[in-house]
Amino acid sequence: MSFWEAFLQRILTATVITIEILLFAIPFGVLLAIALAVARIYAAKPLAIFAAGIVGLIRGLPLIVTLLLIFFALPKIGIFFSPFWSAVLGFVLCTGAYQSEYVRGAIQSIEIGQSEAAQALGMSKFREVVHIILPQALRRALPGISNEIIYLILYSSLASYIAVEEIFAVARYINSIYHRAIQIFLFAGLLYAAMATVATAIFKLIEIRFRIPGLEIVR
Amino acid sequence: MSKDIVLKAENIHKTYGNNEILKEISFEIHRGEIKIVCGPSGSGKSTLLRCLNLLTQPDEGHVWLEGEEITTPTMDINQARQKIGFVFQEFNLFNHLPAVKNVSIGLEIVKGMEKDEARDYALKELERVGLEEHTHKYPAELSGGQKQRVAIARALAMNPVIMFYDEPTSALDPQLIGEVLDVMLQLAKEKLTSLVVTHEMGFAQSVGDNMIYMADGKIIEQGPPLELIQHSKHESTRQFFTHIAELYERERR
Repeated sequence: MSFWEAFLQRILTATVITIEILLFAIPFGVLLAIALAVARIYAAKPLAIFAAGIVGLIRGLPLIVTLLLIFFALPKIGIFFSPFWSAVLGFVLCTGAYQSEYVRGAIQSIEIGQSEAAQALGMSKFREVVHIILPQALRRALPGISNEIIYLILYSSLASYIAVEEIFAVARYINSIYHRAIQIFLFAGLLYAAMATVATAIFKLIEIRFRIPGLEIVR
Repeated sequence: MSKDIVLKAENIHKTYGNNEILKEISFEIHRGEIKIVCGPSGSGKSTLLRCLNLLTQPDEGHVWLEGEEITTPTMDINQARQKIGFVFQEFNLFNHLPAVKNVSIGLEIVKGMEKDEARDYALKELERVGLEEHTHKYPAELSGGQKQRVAIARALAMNPVIMFYDEPTSALDPQLIGEVLDVMLQLAKEKLTSLVVTHEMGFAQSVGDNMIYMADGKIIEQGPPLELIQHSKHESTRQFFTHIAELYERERR
């Protein structure tokens, strides 16, 4: 098998794995972010402090350390995850913690009158948050969230440290055989850039789809 | 308690820090009555309205709505608030929803009405405030007067037993005040029980059954609007109304 044939075949398989990890990590990361932000603002004190603790802890650890702890340390207390699911879990925690700060800031930026109007209609706090606050806050958080997701796409390469056969891991392995670093890592880099570009485009579409008429900024 | 009393407040107190905003406020509103509340800025009018539907928790006192005390700890306040239509000075329309959805969301989410039914109902309420041509518009696409009329429709849709208006025209340009007052006048003529904080003396005189004058967190006096405005026995009330009259005189010129 020629170098390109072997390389392309393996790197594309790895790309599928990377995309699979991301397709789990992104939606659950966003959900975790919303849950953490809502808990910190609205939940009873103990739960709010717990959520703040999670955010502080995850943001205080380098992602690589989080991944290694999930993959190597959790089994010591009887919790086993495959490399794939270890990566998903690590990414969900990391991106969720970072994104939650964007969501929290966005929630806090919603005018108090929105909440009062919802209360005056007789909405429960839960319904107010779900139907009035979050739809507005998530729109405001969107640019920040998309930023974090692009980071996540790029730092998904760290999964190579816990034996996930994703793009970067395969690139390194192929390079150890063929020693064509420039072609191999440039190609791997292009794959990450392509994924980031697609994500950017998707977020642009979401932003346009959910734009509120009358609130566009006119140049 | 008489069945005719829609809302009764007894001995309401509210303090922020060292500042006593409301002192011993007691009054009642009968069915079909339009009660006007006025008084200088900082006299506690807005706080009073907010204490009555518990957007602000009063420190002391009791509130009854249709004979049921809503200030007891066991009361489901969300139930009580459905019966009180609240119109805010700053409109507070839900910015992410078009006008029709602003009106229907309470019906759907709070009252559990079917989507289509809620929509039809909302369209009818918007027609009632003269906005049938603007139902699909978002708040940011509406003028201040239109926003406030949507807000009134939103409150009306819940079929409240009483309406609270918290200076509903104070955030509006003078030329937009009329369209909101017209809607309020029409509702007043339909005898929709209302508690109206306003400085619009024309409105107060034409539809107000009763007027409360507040200053420094206290009810200084109450009575028929015309009597308070023109023949008050209290010096501070007289000064206030003279001042208001001068302001409006200047605006008209």
